[in-house]
Amino acid sequence: MADAVLFEFLHTEMVAELWAPDADPGSGGKKKSWSVLEGLGFRVGQALGERLPRETLAVREELDALKFLCKDLWAAMFQKHMDGLRTNHQGTYVLQDNNFPLLLTMGSGSQYIEEAPKFLAFTCGLLCGALHTLGFRSLVTASVTALPACKFQVVMQKS
Amino acid sequence: MSRQANRGTESKKMSSELFTLTYGALVTQLCKDYESDEDVNKQLDRMGYNIGVRLIEDFLARSNVGRCHDFRETADVIAKVAFKMYLGITPSITNWSPAGDEFSLILENNPLVDFVELPDSHSSLIYSNLLCGVLRGALEMVQMAVEAKFVQDTLKGDGVTEIRMRFLRRIEDNLPAGEE
Repeated sequence: MADAVLFEFLHTEMVAELWAPDADPGSGGKKKSWSVLEGLGFRVGQALGERLPRETLAVREELDALKFLCKDLWAAMFQKHMDGLRTNHQGTYVLQDNNFPLLLTMGSGSQYIEEAPKFLAFTCGLLCGALHTLGFRSLVTASVTALPACKFQVVMQKS
Repeated sequence: MSRQANRGTESKKMSSELFTLTYGALVTQLCKDYESDEDVNKQLDRMGYNIGVRLIEDFLARSNVGRCHDFRETADVIAKVAFKMYLGITPSITNWSPAGDEFSLILENNPLVDFVELPDSHSSLIYSNLLCGVLRGALEMVQMAVEAKFVQDTLKGDGVTEIRMRFLRRIEDNLPAGEE
């Protein structure tokens, strides 16, 4: 059983390696870097989802899927639950983590906010991939206001 | 009550798989980004080194092991404490060189390679090379320059996975002249 901290160390190193260092200042380079990390996260989220027991996979309700992400998945990844889940009951969910572990290395406040997106791309992909395995198509984005708090926005797509 | 217990084990399993699945995705990505297996091996080693130099702090904080007096003690700590703590396995230590500066870690199971198969096109890939970098980086932070490399790999059809560790030299702290 791999220790949880290994994932955090690996993730930090992956961001350093895969976020193109000479990405052009225009949106092109950054977008590619985000896609690469997001894509990796998606595949991992899918694979994780596929290994879940049948009862969990038999989730029918959207809200149950989101609760699964906020409790079970988050606990498995970060040994904590998501701090808040809000919805407009029309397919948009906002998941709030006040102490996102993958942002903790960056200090707190607003100093390094520009760097923060790099550390969210993989997790966005992972949430999307896990939802995909549960039968839901979604668009996941993230935003940071003050480190180490962040929000993941999940917009369910109609199939 | 049992549902809670199931949830706990499920969580741990997911947590463990998170690392191995992420590692697999990383290796796949590197194979896309780099031309040759050798280049991928180098990147994995380098990334492992960067992880190792920080992982050692986590290890020292959590394990409470004291300073190792010789390479044999180091070997024991690596196999019985570090590997156990981070990967949940205890490799065996064998094949000591007469001078006591080389040994092998034998891993019956390598958790990194669950569900992994090496395609023929990547026969030179050292899939778990991150581990060698981690060992090298971590030991450098405790003043030991070592070489770590895979000499057997179950992914390549060998019966076991074997990492050969070689002690190169002690790294002395470089103090400015005039300081004790």
